[in-house]
Amino acid sequence: MKAAVIVFPGSNCDRDVQVALAERVGAPPLMVWHGDSDFPAVDLIVVPGGFSYGDYLRSGAMAAHSPVMRAVVARAKKGVPVLGICNGFQILTETGLLPGVMMRNAALKFVCRDVFLRVENTDSLFTRHYRPSQVIRLPVAHKDGNYFADEKTLKRLADEDRIAFRYCDAAGSSDAAANPNGSLDDIAGILGTGRNVLGMMPHPERLADPLLGGTDGRPLFDGLIEALAA
Amino acid sequence: MKARVHVTLKAAVLDPQGKAVQHALEALGFQGVMGVRQGKYLEIELDGGDSAKARADVEAMCKALLANTVIENYAIEIVE
Repeated sequence: MKAAVIVFPGSNCDRDVQVALAERVGAPPLMVWHGDSDFPAVDLIVVPGGFSYGDYLRSGAMAAHSPVMRAVVARAKKGVPVLGICNGFQILTETGLLPGVMMRNAALKFVCRDVFLRVENTDSLFTRHYRPSQVIRLPVAHKDGNYFADEKTLKRLADEDRIAFRYCDAAGSSDAAANPNGSLDDIAGILGTGRNVLGMMPHPERLADPLLGGTDGRPLFDGLIEALAA
Repeated sequence: MKARVHVTLKAAVLDPQGKAVQHALEALGFQGVMGVRQGKYLEIELDGGDSAKARADVEAMCKALLANTVIENYAIEIVE
């Protein structure tokens, strides 16, 4: 199983993802620089967190049009699994691979803390090792994580069972207090139309090892790698 | 020639930054501020003298990169 991690000027979670993947795959992933539109075929592409191109214009806007992302979009459309975390999620919405847009957090503040998430469906490469409605704890670290989409898009996401994670409290209930950024419908992560693309604001790679203080991110990588290695 | 582009949030989209600016103005004692919406302003230098072509080019730029049309509108002014 071969994975690639895309690296932009300003990415800062690429190494964390590299470690999370290398440990499970047994080989380090390919680190692909933003100017490379021609990189070897891989089974998984991760667009990591950070502040690509300094978040200039809009978070993810410049990265979405970089040479490497044109290749990522083309491969995603052919079915290659793509995981976008935090800035990676912002970039995927800007490319149009995922619907909607990330707005400034409702409280206008950078939010950096652990949050609880409810796993809304387990029918994807990314969520298959979680239990339905399982409550997990992962860190968020962002200023633009306030998911917005029009009503039609939201309805379509719900109807097609493409909402992967919602913010909730420790008991699994969603309310305004448990939502760190004002995200519509408490959305923390969504799947693309082919279910091979996942965008999520929380960071599974930051809690995927006991040394980091938790392992709730681990089933995401375990399930993904097991499915892709099969 | 030059293009002036205003990128603004659509009316249906909440603008927490604009709201915060409004509150700050009220806190400073300015009265009668009914609302504030924050946006972006870009000046684009273009070569060539065809203003119709310039407008079409900048329109394409807005759709491709400068505005996210899910939440933003844009207005273009071509200056000779």
